[in-house]
Amino acid sequence: MSDRDSASINRNRAVDLALKVYIVLGYAFVFAPIAASFVFSLNSDRFPSIPLGNFSLEWYQAVASDPLVWSGLRNTLLVGITVGVIATALGFGAAYTDYRYRFFGKQVYLALALIPPTIPVVILGLAMLAYLSRISLSGNALSVIIAHVVICAPFAMAIIRLRLSQMDPDLEAAAWNLGASEWAAMRHVIVPFTKPAIFGALFITMAVSFDEFAIAWFVSGLNETLPVKVLGFLQGQVSPRINAIGTFVFVTSMTLVILAQILLTGRGAQIRPAADE
Amino acid sequence: MRRPLTLYGLTFSLPLLIWQLLFFVFPLVFLVALSFWTVKNFRMQPDFDTVNWVTIYGRSVFWQAYGTTLAMAAFAAALVSVLAFPCAYAIAFKLSETARRWAVFLMVIPFFTSYLVRVYSWQIFLSDAGIINVMLGWIGLGPYGLLNTVGATMIGYLTLTFPLVVLLQLFSLVFIDRTLVEAAHNLRCGRLRTVFEVIIPSARVGLVIAALFAFILCFGDFVSPIYLGGGDPTTLSILITDTTKSGQQWPRAAVIALTMIGTLLVVAFAAVRFAYKGRTK
Repeated sequence: MSDRDSASINRNRAVDLALKVYIVLGYAFVFAPIAASFVFSLNSDRFPSIPLGNFSLEWYQAVASDPLVWSGLRNTLLVGITVGVIATALGFGAAYTDYRYRFFGKQVYLALALIPPTIPVVILGLAMLAYLSRISLSGNALSVIIAHVVICAPFAMAIIRLRLSQMDPDLEAAAWNLGASEWAAMRHVIVPFTKPAIFGALFITMAVSFDEFAIAWFVSGLNETLPVKVLGFLQGQVSPRINAIGTFVFVTSMTLVILAQILLTGRGAQIRPAADE
Repeated sequence: MRRPLTLYGLTFSLPLLIWQLLFFVFPLVFLVALSFWTVKNFRMQPDFDTVNWVTIYGRSVFWQAYGTTLAMAAFAAALVSVLAFPCAYAIAFKLSETARRWAVFLMVIPFFTSYLVRVYSWQIFLSDAGIINVMLGWIGLGPYGLLNTVGATMIGYLTLTFPLVVLLQLFSLVFIDRTLVEAAHNLRCGRLRTVFEVIIPSARVGLVIAALFAFILCFGDFVSPIYLGGGDPTTLSILITDTTKSGQQWPRAAVIALTMIGTLLVVAFAAVRFAYKGRTK
Protein backbone atom coordinates (compact mmCIF):
# COMPACT_ATOMS: atom_id res chain seq x y z
CA MET A 1 0.00 0.00 0.00
CA SER A 2 2.74 2.45 0.90
CA ASP A 3 4.31 1.89 -2.53
CA ARG A 4 1.08 2.79 -4.20
CA ASP A 5 0.51 6.02 -2.39
CA SER A 6 4.10 7.10 -2.73
CA ALA A 7 3.46 6.90 -6.47
CA SER A 8 0.08 8.56 -6.45
CA ILE A 9 0.42 11.21 -3.76
CA ASN A 10 2.76 14.09 -4.13
CA ARG A 11 5.38 13.68 -1.46
CA ASN A 12 7.54 16.29 0.00
CA ARG A 13 10.94 14.84 0.85
CA ALA A 14 11.68 17.43 3.52
CA VAL A 15 8.40 16.79 5.34
CA ASP A 16 8.91 13.02 5.19
CA LEU A 17 12.41 13.37 6.55
CA ALA A 18 11.25 15.70 9.33
CA LEU A 19 8.55 13.21 10.32
CA LYS A 20 11.04 10.36 10.43
CA VAL A 21 13.40 12.43 12.58
CA TYR A 22 10.42 13.09 14.83
CA ILE A 23 9.80 9.34 15.20
CA VAL A 24 13.41 8.88 16.25
CA LEU A 25 13.07 11.71 18.79
CA GLY A 26 9.91 10.13 20.18
CA TYR A 27 11.64 6.80 20.67
CA ALA A 28 14.69 8.55 22.13
CA PHE A 29 12.44 10.13 24.75
CA VAL A 30 10.87 6.77 25.57
CA PHE A 31 14.13 4.85 25.75
CA ALA A 32 16.39 7.49 27.33
CA PRO A 33 15.40 6.61 30.91
CA ILE A 34 15.54 2.87 30.21
CA ALA A 35 18.99 3.10 28.64
CA ALA A 36 20.28 5.46 31.34
CA SER A 37 19.13 3.09 34.04
CA PHE A 38 21.08 0.28 32.39
CA VAL A 39 24.24 2.35 31.89
CA PHE A 40 24.29 3.78 35.41
CA SER A 41 23.66 0.40 36.99
CA LEU A 42 27.22 -0.44 35.86
CA ASN A 43 28.71 2.87 36.96
CA SER A 44 30.55 3.48 40.23
CA ASP A 45 29.30 7.01 41.06
CA ARG A 46 27.13 7.50 44.10
CA PHE A 47 25.35 10.39 42.39
CA PRO A 48 25.06 9.30 38.79
CA SER A 49 25.72 11.88 36.08
CA ILE A 50 28.10 12.43 33.21
CA PRO A 51 31.03 12.10 32.69
CA LEU A 52 30.73 8.44 33.62
CA GLY A 53 32.74 7.06 36.50
CA ASN A 54 34.37 3.66 36.45
CA PHE A 55 32.79 0.44 35.36
CA SER A 56 31.63 -1.30 38.48
CA LEU A 57 29.34 -4.03 39.66
CA GLU A 58 29.09 -2.60 43.17
CA TRP A 59 25.38 -1.76 42.92
CA TYR A 60 24.59 -5.30 41.86
CA GLN A 61 26.69 -6.53 44.79
CA ALA A 62 24.96 -4.11 47.14
CA VAL A 63 21.59 -5.36 45.95
CA ALA A 64 22.61 -9.01 46.07
CA SER A 65 23.84 -8.71 49.64
CA ASP A 66 20.67 -7.04 50.89
CA PRO A 67 18.49 -9.70 52.54
CA LEU A 68 15.43 -7.47 52.17
CA VAL A 69 15.89 -7.44 48.42
CA TRP A 70 16.00 -11.23 48.41
CA SER A 71 12.85 -11.53 50.49
CA GLY A 72 11.26 -8.95 48.18
CA LEU A 73 12.27 -11.00 45.17
CA ARG A 74 10.88 -14.14 46.77
CA ASN A 75 7.59 -12.38 47.44
CA THR A 76 7.49 -10.98 43.91
CA LEU A 77 8.05 -14.38 42.34
CA LEU A 78 5.57 -16.10 44.64
CA VAL A 79 2.96 -13.42 43.99
CA GLY A 80 3.68 -13.18 40.25
CA ILE A 81 3.45 -16.89 39.56
CA THR A 82 0.31 -17.39 41.66
CA VAL A 83 -1.32 -14.33 40.11
CA GLY A 84 -0.40 -15.53 36.62
CA VAL A 85 -2.02 -18.91 37.15
CA ILE A 86 -5.21 -17.65 38.82
CA ALA A 87 -5.67 -14.66 36.50
CA THR A 88 -5.16 -16.82 33.42
CA ALA A 89 -7.67 -19.41 34.66
CA LEU A 90 -10.27 -16.74 35.43
CA GLY A 91 -9.53 -14.90 32.20
CA PHE A 92 -9.89 -18.12 30.21
CA GLY A 93 -13.30 -18.78 31.76
CA ALA A 94 -14.48 -15.26 31.02
CA ALA A 95 -13.15 -15.32 27.46
CA TYR A 96 -14.87 -18.65 26.81
CA THR A 97 -18.10 -17.33 28.34
CA ASP A 98 -18.01 -14.31 26.06
CA TYR A 99 -17.17 -16.51 23.06
CA ARG A 100 -19.90 -19.08 23.55
CA TYR A 101 -22.81 -17.69 25.54
CA ARG A 102 -25.32 -14.94 25.19
CA PHE A 103 -27.25 -14.09 28.30
CA PHE A 104 -29.05 -11.31 30.13
CA GLY A 105 -26.57 -8.92 31.73
CA LYS A 106 -23.65 -9.91 29.54
CA GLN A 107 -22.66 -6.25 29.15
CA VAL A 108 -22.31 -5.95 32.92
CA TYR A 109 -20.36 -9.19 33.05
CA LEU A 110 -17.93 -7.95 30.41
CA ALA A 111 -17.62 -4.58 32.12
CA LEU A 112 -16.66 -6.33 35.36
CA ALA A 113 -14.20 -8.42 33.42
CA LEU A 114 -12.50 -5.50 31.68
CA ILE A 115 -12.83 -2.27 33.70
CA PRO A 116 -10.49 -2.84 36.70
CA PRO A 117 -7.22 -1.75 34.98
CA THR A 118 -8.74 1.65 34.15
CA ILE A 119 -9.39 2.55 37.80
CA PRO A 120 -6.51 4.66 39.18
CA VAL A 121 -4.24 2.50 41.32
CA VAL A 122 -4.30 4.85 44.31
CA ILE A 123 -8.05 4.48 44.54
CA LEU A 124 -7.96 0.72 44.04
CA GLY A 125 -5.12 0.48 46.55
CA LEU A 126 -7.04 2.40 49.20
CA ALA A 127 -10.26 0.46 48.58
CA MET A 128 -8.41 -2.87 48.74
CA LEU A 129 -6.53 -1.91 51.88
CA ALA A 130 -9.67 -0.81 53.71
CA TYR A 131 -11.75 -3.77 52.55
CA LEU A 132 -9.13 -6.47 53.00
CA SER A 133 -8.17 -5.27 56.46
CA ARG A 134 -11.86 -5.29 57.34
CA ILE A 135 -12.06 -8.99 56.46
CA SER A 136 -8.60 -9.58 58.02
CA LEU A 137 -6.81 -10.38 54.81
CA SER A 138 -4.48 -7.39 54.54
CA GLY A 139 -0.79 -7.07 55.19
CA ASN A 140 0.43 -10.28 53.63
CA ALA A 141 1.35 -11.79 50.31
CA LEU A 142 -2.18 -13.17 49.94
CA SER A 143 -3.64 -9.66 49.84
CA VAL A 144 -1.25 -8.66 47.06
CA ILE A 145 -2.24 -11.79 45.13
CA ILE A 146 -5.94 -11.01 45.52
CA ALA A 147 -5.50 -7.43 44.36
CA HIS A 148 -3.22 -8.28 41.45
CA VAL A 149 -5.57 -10.93 40.10
CA VAL A 150 -8.29 -8.25 39.91
CA ILE A 151 -6.20 -6.09 37.56
CA CYS A 152 -4.45 -8.94 35.70
CA ALA A 153 -7.44 -11.15 34.82
CA PRO A 154 -8.72 -8.59 32.25
CA PHE A 155 -5.42 -8.81 30.34
CA ALA A 156 -5.61 -12.61 30.30
CA MET A 157 -9.19 -12.46 29.14
CA ALA A 158 -8.42 -10.06 26.29
CA ILE A 159 -5.52 -12.18 25.03
CA ILE A 160 -7.44 -15.47 25.13
CA ARG A 161 -10.61 -13.91 23.69
CA LEU A 162 -8.59 -12.67 20.74
CA ARG A 163 -7.34 -16.19 20.08
CA LEU A 164 -10.84 -17.66 20.38
CA SER A 165 -12.14 -15.21 17.81
CA GLN A 166 -9.75 -16.81 15.31
CA MET A 167 -11.42 -20.16 15.87
CA ASP A 168 -14.11 -21.50 13.61
CA PRO A 169 -17.25 -21.66 15.82
CA ASP A 170 -18.33 -24.85 14.03
CA LEU A 171 -15.34 -26.78 15.37
CA GLU A 172 -16.80 -27.17 18.82
CA ALA A 173 -20.21 -28.11 17.42
CA ALA A 174 -18.53 -30.65 15.16
CA ALA A 175 -16.93 -32.28 18.19
CA TRP A 176 -20.34 -32.52 19.89
CA ASN A 177 -21.89 -34.05 16.76
CA LEU A 178 -19.13 -36.64 16.77
CA GLY A 179 -20.26 -37.66 20.23
CA ALA A 180 -17.90 -35.66 22.42
CA SER A 181 -19.34 -34.34 25.66
CA GLU A 182 -18.96 -30.62 26.35
CA TRP A 183 -16.07 -31.41 28.68
CA ALA A 184 -14.36 -33.59 26.10
CA ALA A 185 -14.78 -30.91 23.44
CA MET A 186 -13.24 -28.41 25.83
CA ARG A 187 -10.29 -30.69 26.49
CA HIS A 188 -9.63 -31.81 22.95
CA VAL A 189 -10.68 -28.82 20.85
CA ILE A 190 -10.82 -25.52 22.76
CA VAL A 191 -7.84 -25.92 25.07
CA PRO A 192 -5.40 -27.16 22.39
CA PHE A 193 -6.48 -24.35 20.09
CA THR A 194 -6.04 -21.63 22.72
CA LYS A 195 -2.89 -23.11 24.27
CA PRO A 196 -0.48 -20.50 22.85
CA ALA A 197 -2.75 -17.72 24.10
CA ILE A 198 -3.05 -19.38 27.51
CA PHE A 199 0.73 -19.41 27.93
CA GLY A 200 0.95 -15.92 26.44
CA ALA A 201 -1.59 -14.69 28.99
CA LEU A 202 0.29 -16.47 31.77
CA PHE A 203 3.54 -14.67 30.94
CA ILE A 204 1.93 -11.27 30.35
CA THR A 205 -0.02 -11.35 33.62
CA MET A 206 3.12 -12.40 35.46
CA ALA A 207 4.98 -9.48 33.89
CA VAL A 208 2.21 -7.04 34.87
CA SER A 209 2.30 -8.32 38.45
CA PHE A 210 6.12 -8.09 38.59
CA ASP A 211 5.97 -4.36 37.82
CA GLU A 212 2.94 -3.33 39.85
CA PHE A 213 3.97 -1.31 42.88
CA ALA A 214 1.16 1.01 43.93
CA ILE A 215 -1.56 -1.41 44.99
CA ALA A 216 1.09 -3.75 46.37
CA TRP A 217 2.46 -0.84 48.40
CA PHE A 218 -0.96 -0.16 49.92
CA VAL A 219 -1.87 -3.72 50.83
CA SER A 220 1.40 -5.58 51.34
CA GLY A 221 2.26 -4.41 54.84
CA LEU A 222 5.59 -5.92 55.82
CA ASN A 223 5.64 -8.48 53.03
CA GLU A 224 6.98 -6.08 50.44
CA THR A 225 7.40 -7.13 46.86
CA LEU A 226 10.44 -5.99 44.91
CA PRO A 227 8.75 -3.00 43.21
CA VAL A 228 7.53 -1.81 46.62
CA LYS A 229 11.14 -2.08 47.81
CA VAL A 230 12.16 0.14 44.89
CA LEU A 231 9.55 2.67 45.99
CA GLY A 232 11.20 2.53 49.41
CA PHE A 233 14.60 3.21 47.87
CA LEU A 234 13.10 6.18 46.02
CA GLN A 235 11.72 7.58 49.26
CA GLY A 236 14.80 7.02 51.32
CA GLN A 237 18.45 6.97 50.43
CA VAL A 238 18.13 7.51 46.71
CA SER A 239 20.77 5.27 45.31
CA PRO A 240 21.86 3.68 42.05
CA ARG A 241 20.73 0.38 43.50
CA ILE A 242 17.40 1.17 41.86
CA ASN A 243 19.16 0.92 38.51
CA ALA A 244 20.55 -2.50 39.33
CA ILE A 245 17.15 -3.80 40.42
CA GLY A 246 15.48 -2.06 37.49
CA THR A 247 17.82 -3.67 34.98
CA PHE A 248 17.25 -7.06 36.55
CA VAL A 249 13.46 -6.66 36.53
CA PHE A 250 13.58 -5.34 32.97
CA VAL A 251 15.49 -8.39 31.75
CA THR A 252 13.07 -10.72 33.57
CA SER A 253 9.95 -8.98 32.24
CA MET A 254 11.30 -8.80 28.70
CA THR A 255 12.12 -12.50 28.76
CA LEU A 256 8.52 -13.22 29.72
CA VAL A 257 7.12 -10.85 27.12
CA ILE A 258 9.30 -12.23 24.34
CA LEU A 259 8.32 -15.78 25.31
CA ALA A 260 4.68 -14.69 25.14
CA GLN A 261 5.27 -13.00 21.80
CA ILE A 262 6.87 -16.14 20.34
CA LEU A 263 3.96 -18.23 21.56
CA LEU A 264 1.32 -15.81 20.30
CA THR A 265 2.74 -15.15 16.86
CA GLY A 266 4.82 -18.26 16.19
CA ARG A 267 2.37 -21.08 16.66
CA GLY A 268 -0.59 -18.73 16.89
CA ALA A 269 -0.08 -17.55 13.34
CA GLN A 270 -1.23 -20.85 11.95
CA ILE A 271 -4.99 -20.65 11.95
CA ARG A 272 -5.26 -24.43 11.34
CA PRO A 273 -6.12 -25.54 14.85
CA ALA A 274 -6.04 -29.03 16.27
CA ALA A 275 -3.60 -30.17 13.60
CA ASP A 276 -1.08 -31.18 16.23
CA GLU A 277 -3.68 -32.88 18.36
CA MET B 1 -26.46 -19.64 21.80
CA ARG B 2 -27.61 -22.58 23.90
CA ARG B 3 -29.12 -23.14 27.31
CA PRO B 4 -26.98 -20.88 29.46
CA LEU B 5 -27.52 -22.48 32.86
CA THR B 6 -25.51 -25.66 32.93
CA LEU B 7 -22.90 -26.81 35.39
CA TYR B 8 -20.45 -26.79 32.51
CA GLY B 9 -21.12 -23.17 31.57
CA LEU B 10 -21.10 -21.94 35.15
CA THR B 11 -17.75 -23.60 35.82
CA PHE B 12 -16.20 -21.19 33.34
CA SER B 13 -18.34 -18.10 33.88
CA LEU B 14 -18.70 -17.92 37.64
CA PRO B 15 -15.11 -17.82 38.96
CA LEU B 16 -14.30 -14.46 37.39
CA LEU B 17 -17.70 -13.04 38.32
CA ILE B 18 -17.29 -14.09 41.94
CA TRP B 19 -13.70 -12.86 42.15
CA GLN B 20 -14.49 -9.43 40.68
CA LEU B 21 -17.60 -9.06 42.85
CA LEU B 22 -15.74 -10.03 46.02
CA PHE B 23 -12.50 -8.18 45.38
CA PHE B 24 -13.37 -5.36 42.98
CA VAL B 25 -16.99 -4.30 43.41
CA PHE B 26 -17.23 -4.87 47.15
CA PRO B 27 -14.06 -2.87 47.95
CA LEU B 28 -15.37 0.06 45.92
CA VAL B 29 -18.78 -0.16 47.59
CA PHE B 30 -17.08 -0.47 50.94
CA LEU B 31 -15.22 2.74 50.14
CA VAL B 32 -18.59 4.52 50.02
CA ALA B 33 -19.58 3.12 53.41
CA LEU B 34 -16.17 3.92 54.82
CA SER B 35 -16.51 7.58 53.89
CA PHE B 36 -19.32 7.85 56.47
CA TRP B 37 -17.40 6.17 59.29
CA THR B 38 -15.89 8.14 62.14
CA VAL B 39 -12.47 8.01 63.74
CA LYS B 40 -12.28 8.23 67.51
CA ASN B 41 -9.07 7.79 69.49
CA PHE B 42 -7.30 6.64 66.33
CA ARG B 43 -9.81 3.84 65.82
CA MET B 44 -12.31 3.65 63.00
CA GLN B 45 -15.92 3.01 63.92
CA PRO B 46 -18.81 2.07 61.68
CA ASP B 47 -21.12 5.04 61.65
CA PHE B 48 -23.28 7.17 59.43
CA ASP B 49 -21.81 10.59 59.78
CA THR B 50 -21.14 13.14 57.06
CA VAL B 51 -18.30 14.66 59.09
CA ASN B 52 -15.59 13.43 56.68
CA TRP B 53 -17.30 14.93 53.67
CA VAL B 54 -17.86 18.21 55.51
CA THR B 55 -14.26 18.33 56.76
CA ILE B 56 -12.64 17.54 53.42
CA TYR B 57 -14.92 19.75 51.34
CA GLY B 58 -14.46 22.57 53.82
CA ARG B 59 -10.70 22.64 53.35
CA SER B 60 -9.17 25.02 50.87
CA VAL B 61 -6.15 22.67 50.58
CA PHE B 62 -8.43 20.06 49.10
CA TRP B 63 -9.95 22.39 46.52
CA GLN B 64 -6.52 23.73 45.58
CA ALA B 65 -5.28 20.18 45.09
CA TYR B 66 -8.42 19.35 43.13
CA GLY B 67 -7.96 22.29 40.79
CA THR B 68 -4.25 21.61 40.36
CA THR B 69 -4.76 17.91 39.65
CA LEU B 70 -7.54 18.57 37.17
CA ALA B 71 -5.55 21.26 35.37
CA MET B 72 -2.31 19.27 35.30
CA ALA B 73 -3.97 16.07 34.08
CA ALA B 74 -5.94 17.95 31.41
CA PHE B 75 -2.85 19.82 30.27
CA ALA B 76 -0.82 16.59 30.20
CA ALA B 77 -3.52 14.82 28.17
CA ALA B 78 -3.56 17.65 25.63
CA LEU B 79 0.23 17.87 25.54
CA VAL B 80 0.79 14.16 25.06
CA SER B 81 -1.91 14.03 22.36
CA VAL B 82 -0.25 16.84 20.44
CA LEU B 83 3.26 15.42 20.86
CA ALA B 84 2.26 11.84 20.08
CA PHE B 85 0.21 12.62 17.00
CA PRO B 86 3.05 13.42 14.56
CA CYS B 87 4.81 10.28 15.77
CA ALA B 88 1.76 8.05 15.32
CA TYR B 89 0.98 9.74 12.01
CA ALA B 90 4.49 9.17 10.69
CA ILE B 91 4.50 5.54 11.82
CA ALA B 92 1.12 4.95 10.21
CA PHE B 93 1.74 6.68 6.89
CA LYS B 94 5.48 6.96 6.31
CA LEU B 95 6.87 3.60 7.37
CA SER B 96 6.89 0.29 5.56
CA GLU B 97 4.88 -2.65 6.88
CA THR B 98 7.95 -4.25 8.50
CA ALA B 99 9.21 -1.02 10.03
CA ARG B 100 5.75 -0.36 11.43
CA ARG B 101 5.66 -3.76 13.12
CA TRP B 102 9.03 -3.04 14.72
CA ALA B 103 7.83 0.40 15.78
CA VAL B 104 4.83 -1.16 17.54
CA PHE B 105 7.00 -3.79 19.21
CA LEU B 106 9.42 -1.15 20.49
CA MET B 107 6.55 0.99 21.82
CA VAL B 108 5.26 -1.99 23.81
CA ILE B 109 8.56 -2.50 25.65
CA PRO B 110 8.08 0.45 28.06
CA PHE B 111 4.93 -1.20 29.44
CA PHE B 112 7.13 -3.91 30.85
CA THR B 113 9.76 -1.72 32.41
CA SER B 114 9.21 -0.40 35.87
CA TYR B 115 7.69 3.07 35.84
CA LEU B 116 9.47 3.74 39.16
CA VAL B 117 12.84 2.94 37.64
CA ARG B 118 12.16 5.25 34.71
CA VAL B 119 11.14 8.06 37.07
CA TYR B 120 14.33 7.57 39.07
CA SER B 121 16.23 7.64 35.80
CA TRP B 122 14.68 11.03 34.98
CA GLN B 123 16.00 12.27 38.30
CA ILE B 124 19.49 11.45 36.99
CA PHE B 125 18.80 13.57 33.92
CA LEU B 126 17.11 16.48 35.67
CA SER B 127 18.93 16.94 38.99
CA ASP B 128 21.12 19.99 39.59
CA ALA B 129 24.32 18.12 38.72
CA GLY B 130 22.47 15.82 36.34
CA ILE B 131 23.06 14.97 32.72
CA ILE B 132 21.11 17.86 31.22
CA ASN B 133 22.70 20.51 33.41
CA VAL B 134 26.19 19.12 32.73
CA MET B 135 25.51 19.27 29.00
CA LEU B 136 24.15 22.79 29.28
CA GLY B 137 27.29 23.64 31.24
CA TRP B 138 29.41 22.67 28.23
CA ILE B 139 27.87 25.53 26.27
CA GLY B 140 28.08 27.85 29.25
CA LEU B 141 24.47 27.73 30.46
CA GLY B 142 22.84 26.88 33.74
CA PRO B 143 22.71 25.11 36.01
CA TYR B 144 18.94 25.35 36.15
CA GLY B 145 16.69 23.89 38.81
CA LEU B 146 14.90 21.37 36.64
CA LEU B 147 13.89 18.85 39.25
CA ASN B 148 10.95 19.50 41.60
CA THR B 149 9.12 21.63 39.09
CA VAL B 150 5.80 21.25 37.31
CA GLY B 151 7.78 20.75 34.12
CA ALA B 152 9.50 17.71 35.64
CA THR B 153 6.09 16.33 36.66
CA MET B 154 4.99 16.75 33.05
CA ILE B 155 8.00 14.76 31.86
CA GLY B 156 6.95 12.03 34.27
CA TYR B 157 3.38 12.13 32.96
CA LEU B 158 4.70 11.91 29.40
CA THR B 159 6.85 8.93 30.37
CA LEU B 160 3.75 7.27 31.75
CA THR B 161 1.39 8.00 28.86
CA PHE B 162 3.36 8.67 25.66
CA PRO B 163 3.76 5.03 24.53
CA LEU B 164 0.09 4.19 25.22
CA VAL B 165 -1.17 7.29 23.41
CA VAL B 166 1.07 6.68 20.39
CA LEU B 167 -0.20 3.08 20.16
CA LEU B 168 -3.88 4.01 20.51
CA GLN B 169 -3.57 6.84 17.98
CA LEU B 170 -1.67 4.54 15.66
CA PHE B 171 -4.38 1.90 15.74
CA SER B 172 -7.04 4.44 14.80
CA LEU B 173 -4.86 5.94 12.04
CA VAL B 174 -4.01 2.58 10.48
CA PHE B 175 -7.71 1.86 9.93
CA ILE B 176 -8.37 5.09 8.03
CA ASP B 177 -9.54 4.43 4.50
CA ARG B 178 -6.55 5.43 2.34
CA THR B 179 -8.80 6.27 -0.58
CA LEU B 180 -10.15 9.19 1.48
CA VAL B 181 -6.65 10.63 1.73
CA GLU B 182 -6.04 10.12 -1.96
CA ALA B 183 -9.37 11.72 -2.80
CA ALA B 184 -8.43 14.77 -0.76
CA HIS B 185 -5.12 15.00 -2.62
CA ASN B 186 -6.83 14.63 -5.98
CA LEU B 187 -9.17 17.44 -5.03
CA ARG B 188 -6.08 19.61 -4.45
CA CYS B 189 -6.42 19.61 -0.70
CA GLY B 190 -3.09 20.61 0.80
CA ARG B 191 -1.00 18.34 2.99
CA LEU B 192 -1.71 20.05 6.29
CA ARG B 193 -5.33 20.65 5.42
CA THR B 194 -5.76 16.93 4.66
CA VAL B 195 -4.45 16.13 8.12
CA PHE B 196 -6.86 18.49 9.83
CA GLU B 197 -9.95 17.99 7.69
CA VAL B 198 -9.72 14.35 6.67
CA ILE B 199 -7.37 12.37 8.89
CA ILE B 200 -8.11 13.83 12.32
CA PRO B 201 -11.93 13.70 11.91
CA SER B 202 -11.72 10.09 10.66
CA ALA B 203 -9.58 9.06 13.61
CA ARG B 204 -11.50 11.15 16.14
CA VAL B 205 -12.77 8.26 18.26
CA GLY B 206 -9.29 6.81 18.72
CA LEU B 207 -7.69 10.18 19.39
CA VAL B 208 -10.25 11.13 22.04
CA ILE B 209 -10.05 7.72 23.73
CA ALA B 210 -6.25 8.00 23.79
CA ALA B 211 -6.44 11.43 25.40
CA LEU B 212 -8.99 10.09 27.90
CA PHE B 213 -6.67 7.28 28.95
CA ALA B 214 -3.82 9.77 29.33
CA PHE B 215 -6.05 11.94 31.50
CA ILE B 216 -7.10 9.01 33.71
CA LEU B 217 -3.51 7.84 34.17
CA CYS B 218 -2.15 11.29 35.02
CA PHE B 219 -5.10 12.13 37.27
CA GLY B 220 -4.37 9.12 39.45
CA ASP B 221 -0.57 9.04 39.33
CA PHE B 222 1.25 9.87 42.54
CA VAL B 223 4.80 8.94 41.52
CA SER B 224 5.64 11.79 39.14
CA PRO B 225 4.17 14.59 41.29
CA ILE B 226 6.16 13.35 44.30
CA TYR B 227 9.48 12.20 42.89
CA LEU B 228 9.81 14.60 39.96
CA GLY B 229 7.52 17.42 41.05
CA GLY B 230 8.79 17.37 44.64
CA GLY B 231 5.30 17.03 46.08
CA ASP B 232 4.51 20.68 45.38
CA PRO B 233 1.87 21.55 44.25
CA THR B 234 -0.02 18.81 46.07
CA THR B 235 -2.22 16.62 43.92
CA LEU B 236 -5.21 14.54 45.00
CA SER B 237 -3.26 11.29 44.70
CA ILE B 238 -0.59 12.68 47.03
CA LEU B 239 -3.35 13.68 49.47
CA ILE B 240 -4.71 10.12 49.38
CA THR B 241 -1.36 8.44 49.98
CA ASP B 242 -0.49 10.90 52.76
CA THR B 243 -3.87 10.59 54.44
CA THR B 244 -3.82 6.79 54.19
CA LYS B 245 -0.23 6.12 55.16
CA SER B 246 -0.07 8.58 58.06
CA GLY B 247 -2.51 7.40 60.66
CA GLN B 248 -6.01 6.09 60.58
CA GLN B 249 -7.74 8.79 58.55
CA TRP B 250 -8.92 6.30 55.92
CA PRO B 251 -12.50 7.66 55.88
CA ARG B 252 -11.18 11.03 54.73
CA ALA B 253 -9.01 9.40 52.09
CA ALA B 254 -12.16 7.56 50.97
CA VAL B 255 -13.91 10.91 50.45
CA ILE B 256 -11.05 12.09 48.24
CA ALA B 257 -11.00 8.80 46.32
CA LEU B 258 -14.77 8.91 45.72
CA THR B 259 -14.51 12.51 44.52
CA MET B 260 -11.82 11.36 42.08
CA ILE B 261 -13.98 8.50 40.83
CA GLY B 262 -16.92 10.87 40.34
CA THR B 263 -14.75 13.30 38.39
CA LEU B 264 -13.33 10.52 36.24
CA LEU B 265 -16.82 9.19 35.46
CA VAL B 266 -17.98 12.65 34.36
CA VAL B 267 -14.88 13.22 32.23
CA ALA B 268 -15.05 9.73 30.69
CA PHE B 269 -18.74 10.11 29.90
CA ALA B 270 -18.21 13.53 28.32
CA ALA B 271 -15.22 12.30 26.32
CA VAL B 272 -17.04 9.25 24.97
CA ARG B 273 -20.03 11.36 24.02
CA PHE B 274 -17.77 13.82 22.26
CA ALA B 275 -15.93 10.99 20.51
CA TYR B 276 -19.09 9.45 19.09
CA LYS B 277 -20.96 12.71 18.49
CA GLY B 278 -22.66 12.72 15.12
CA ARG B 279 -22.02 9.03 14.55
CA THR B 280 -25.11 6.94 14.18
CA LYS B 281 -23.50 3.58 13.58
